[in-house]
Amino acid sequence: MITGNFEYHQPGSIPEAVALLSKLGDDARVIAGGHSLIPTMKLRLAMPEHLIDLQAVKELRKISVSGGEVCIGAMTTQAELIASEELHKAAPIVRETSLQIADPQVRYMGTLGGNVANGDPGNDMPALMQCLDASFTLSGPDGERTVNAREFYEAAYFTARDDLEILTEIRFPAYSGGYAYEKQKRKIGDYATAAAAVLLTKGADGSCEQASIALTNLSDTPLFCEEASRQLVSDGLDSASVNSAVASAMGQIDPVDDNRGPAEFKRHAAAIILRRAIQQAWARA
Amino acid sequence: MSKQTINLNVNGQSVTAEAEPRELLIHVLREQLEITGPHIGCETTHCGACTVDMDGMSVKSCTVFAVQAQGKEITTIEGLGDPDKLHVLQEKFKEHHGLQCGFCTPGMITRAHRLLEENPNPTEEDVRFGIAGNLCRCTGYQNIVKSVMAAAEELNKPESVT
Amino acid sequence: MSATAESVQERRAALKGLGTSRKRVEDARFTQGKGNYVDDIKLPDMLFGDFVRSQHAHARVKSIDTSAAMELPGVIAVLTAKDLEPLNLHWMPTLAGDKQMVLADGKVLFQGQEIAFVIAEDRYIAADAVDLVKVEFEELPVLVDPFKAELPDAPILREDIADEKEGAHGARRHPNHIFTWEQGDKAATETVIGEADVVAEEMVYYHRTHPCPMETCGSVASMDKVNGKLTLWGTFQAPHVVRTVASLLSGIAEHNIRVVSPDIGGGFGNKVGVYPGYVCSIVASIVTGKPVKWVEDRMENLSATAFARDYWMQGKIAATKEGKITGLWCHTTADHGAFDACADPTKYPAGFMNICTGSYDIPTAYLAVDGIYTNKAPGGVAYRCSFRVTEAAYFIERMIEVLAIKLNMDAAELRAKNFIRKDQFPYQSALGWEYDSGDYHTAWDKALESVGYSKLREEQSQRVEDFKAGKTRKLMGIGLCHFTEIVGAGPVKNCDILGMGMFDSCEIRIHPTGSALARLGTISQGQGHATTFAQILATEIGISADDITIEEGDTDTAPYGLGTYGSRSTPVAGAATAMAGRKIRAKAQMIAAYLLEVHDNDIEWEVDRFVVKGAPEKFKTMKEIAYASYNQAIPGVEPGLEAVSYYDPPNMTYPFGAYVCVMDVDVDTGVSDIRQFYALDDCGTRINPMIIEGQVHGGLTEALAIALGQEIAYDELGNVKTGTLMDFFIPTSWETPNYQTDFTETPSPHHPIGAKGVGESPNVGGVPAFSNAINDAFRAFGLTHTHMPHDHWRIWKTANELGLHAES
Repeated sequence: MITGNFEYHQPGSIPEAVALLSKLGDDARVIAGGHSLIPTMKLRLAMPEHLIDLQAVKELRKISVSGGEVCIGAMTTQAELIASEELHKAAPIVRETSLQIADPQVRYMGTLGGNVANGDPGNDMPALMQCLDASFTLSGPDGERTVNAREFYEAAYFTARDDLEILTEIRFPAYSGGYAYEKQKRKIGDYATAAAAVLLTKGADGSCEQASIALTNLSDTPLFCEEASRQLVSDGLDSASVNSAVASAMGQIDPVDDNRGPAEFKRHAAAIILRRAIQQAWARA
Repeated sequence: MSKQTINLNVNGQSVTAEAEPRELLIHVLREQLEITGPHIGCETTHCGACTVDMDGMSVKSCTVFAVQAQGKEITTIEGLGDPDKLHVLQEKFKEHHGLQCGFCTPGMITRAHRLLEENPNPTEEDVRFGIAGNLCRCTGYQNIVKSVMAAAEELNKPESVT
Repeated sequence: MSATAESVQERRAALKGLGTSRKRVEDARFTQGKGNYVDDIKLPDMLFGDFVRSQHAHARVKSIDTSAAMELPGVIAVLTAKDLEPLNLHWMPTLAGDKQMVLADGKVLFQGQEIAFVIAEDRYIAADAVDLVKVEFEELPVLVDPFKAELPDAPILREDIADEKEGAHGARRHPNHIFTWEQGDKAATETVIGEADVVAEEMVYYHRTHPCPMETCGSVASMDKVNGKLTLWGTFQAPHVVRTVASLLSGIAEHNIRVVSPDIGGGFGNKVGVYPGYVCSIVASIVTGKPVKWVEDRMENLSATAFARDYWMQGKIAATKEGKITGLWCHTTADHGAFDACADPTKYPAGFMNICTGSYDIPTAYLAVDGIYTNKAPGGVAYRCSFRVTEAAYFIERMIEVLAIKLNMDAAELRAKNFIRKDQFPYQSALGWEYDSGDYHTAWDKALESVGYSKLREEQSQRVEDFKAGKTRKLMGIGLCHFTEIVGAGPVKNCDILGMGMFDSCEIRIHPTGSALARLGTISQGQGHATTFAQILATEIGISADDITIEEGDTDTAPYGLGTYGSRSTPVAGAATAMAGRKIRAKAQMIAAYLLEVHDNDIEWEVDRFVVKGAPEKFKTMKEIAYASYNQAIPGVEPGLEAVSYYDPPNMTYPFGAYVCVMDVDVDTGVSDIRQFYALDDCGTRINPMIIEGQVHGGLTEALAIALGQEIAYDELGNVKTGTLMDFFIPTSWETPNYQTDFTETPSPHHPIGAKGVGESPNVGGVPAFSNAINDAFRAFGLTHTHMPHDHWRIWKTANELGLHAES
């Protein structure tokens, strides 16, 4: 369990980091918390010749809420997300989700940027970001661009991020409605067997004004369930429409057999988990 | 690959090590600095036997390159107490049989220390959730949880405030 | 003096002897990070060894090219089977009478098998060099299913012994067949089954798993060529046996080998066997003349060193219609992997599986075990278990439940109806054991009462009604278990490992000032021997446990013993300790009589002193006697106060227990929730209740892991699917419940202090209790038996097959 050799770089700013990455190209990997990358390197499934560590880039470590928008620097750790009262007020689902990631030690090191950028379908933050309708800021040699989380994921470990770009910032609208992140896993530290992020807003008349659903680890990318979300808004939260929304979401999933169980089981569990998330979010709405 | 000079503050002392960038913090601590309290149990960030405190965070030192720890303050089990005055957690683990083979103990106590720093009045649930990154094969955790709860209680006694 | 003398009770308390929850003396160093484990050992110029391993489960090794590795700066040597062959070390004997490749000799037989050993200046260079060794394979068909081992198209795994019709344990009928072991009366059992009112039949699979202690296996070998002495530190649960094996293998005289087990980070059976890494570190040190360390990583540990269980147990149990059991039949297919590397006593190729009649008075029984080779890691170690007792207990405790279903009877009542009664002990079992003692009904009644058994059953019935009415999706399971263990191997007349009788030993020296040093042939891996053995001795010789140092694990100083596994330390070494203590006391009595100027028979022992009968003010304390033994010339008595005892136990001990587990099971997600776990253990005389309780908590948690998810799984190509702690289930504090412990105390009649051993009981009894709870949850819906591990998806599958997911 020893990694290959590499050269270590610690740029102090985003432009410096981008320049380094441009210069080193395919031989380099950006390291954030490293808790996905280092184990992969120990298995020698990744053998980068250069590591560009972003820990010294101070502007990447921030949480701000203003004008109804949340902006989080990519190097903000899950522990920091959990600790931030400001963020908790603006989007309580973030704390709920973060607490279900890995274990305390990993959350001190694991970053939001790393979690969303590496494209691992097992990660929890991508679906959450889709649910929150977040956008990711990418900085590359050609400057900055923004990609919506719902359009970012292409396949397992393949994203809209170009190899020479660094994901620097995550932005999403503050959300005060009902929320839930439900995750079934075998134990603390495990990826999801199935997980669902749900946001629901209840109107003054008790109707569902806004709904957003996304799923974790049930396909080779996180899944934003657009149709299911729309159904809850148009048809309400009675059991028939919840059933139909769940059925619609289940139409999108494509789980694979693994040690957590066969796809058939995951389909069943995913529907239960989603239903629970919807119920919980609605109860909190 | 050439070695780099790494300056660390370990258990209150400035130390220097020469290491390749790929050398893990746990290896530098154990092999160069002879800090053998933290152990290697899984190497895949699951077991927590290698837990140390780094700038106020509990981290698994098998998943941190030593170069990443440049300039940081590291506290290991060796820095928590000394033979003449054990840390309350060390006392309570002894008192409540919170260990058996002892292999997970340094990581467990180091983690519990940070947990109590952040949450001085934990519930049993808080403790169980807070130490879930540290595996133990011997104790079934029941007496570990008891030890941590007892340490919290002791630390909260007015007379023990220093 | 007598006016201020402490009372007998005070003096007894001051000893911290038997029955005291004495705090552990080990903990000072462990809590301060000052344990000394094998990877903490650092010697000047030490080299590091690492293995090139097979990615294939079955393949011919066409060639091994080490040239690129050898060119890497810092690489000292790369050993292959060719290098070991001239030393006759390319194969080694296993503890089960088989032999095992140290490094691949022409072929590989399991994924992770050792092919070459790289020796380098540090572990980083070694890892790089491992990647540079090029191995050319020719893949062969893979055998993973033991039931296909003897089909006409099955690949022959062990070509080295393909033509041998006789193995270490009798006739072999096929090249992939290792042994058949039969116990009991086959014909009589089949007759009973044929004529019975009721026969329940089931295939009970105890899946393959792994002990997975927190510390992996490792060794440091240091050959001192000047003095001709080899020192070997390592994770050895049986250091003396390792010394003997090392001597036999290497040809180095045994007195020139020193084996040291330093602190061991948990063993659970993983560290009983001899592994290629140990052998290679020795050879590497001999070849290089420098110390060589080998420490495996977790993936290597899970995929190559040891595994446990993997028993397919086909059972039939016969009873009268009133529920009196009349016979038990079992045929086990034992998957041993590529080499039979069990660590069982020689005459017991399936360990003590013939304890499978359990706690019940079963007049007629038959057991057959077929050992089979497959392309999996070698072993069959006793994971927190006394040689297949876990398998036996799981088998009978499942069969009882299956029979209860067939009889439509409450499973607690069925057990009580068939327990061996207190007045039947010593009890001769149909499969050949003499149970020394027990009081099962008392324990059982206490357990059922403590958990409110009948109320739980009422609640369960209500839950079934609620479920059927659509009010809940959670079922409730009540898992019962009454287990009987057989531990403390064992009497030399029938128990040996590699010919070494399974006695154990203790040597005591009393120092002039009245403190003591005791050395034993065992080695603690967390059990707290330094604490508890001192307590045994304190009570025997009247010196405070705090004044007694216990040493183990260094073969240069400790007396020969067979080590620590199979819950044998207390039954065997604990007995040796008591017996050695009694020798001390016998000599002390002579000295005291001399000092008190009375006849030996005129004084009697009282806690910590000899007192003149009828004159309590005249006494000599052990401390005084110790001093006198060194400074006075006593006629007819040698100076000094020392004793040694090698204890050959007359019988095994038979701890038992009654466990109840209450679970809620979500039929949709398959998530189970342990609501309550009650564990009553009877381990005879209790030495240290605090440590017993800790052992029970730990053993139950290992049982929980095994029952609810922990497995070593292979795919059809023989790839290990569960090679990291992500997939190999070890529960965290979050998934682990609080346990409620309880006890009865039925001392062993043949053990000097009546103790029986406890470390493995909770694992032996815990697994059936957890599994029975899951099975029981579905009993009302027609389930008879479902296999472990009961992880989420398998529970879901059971519910699915029972039609519990049908749209209502």
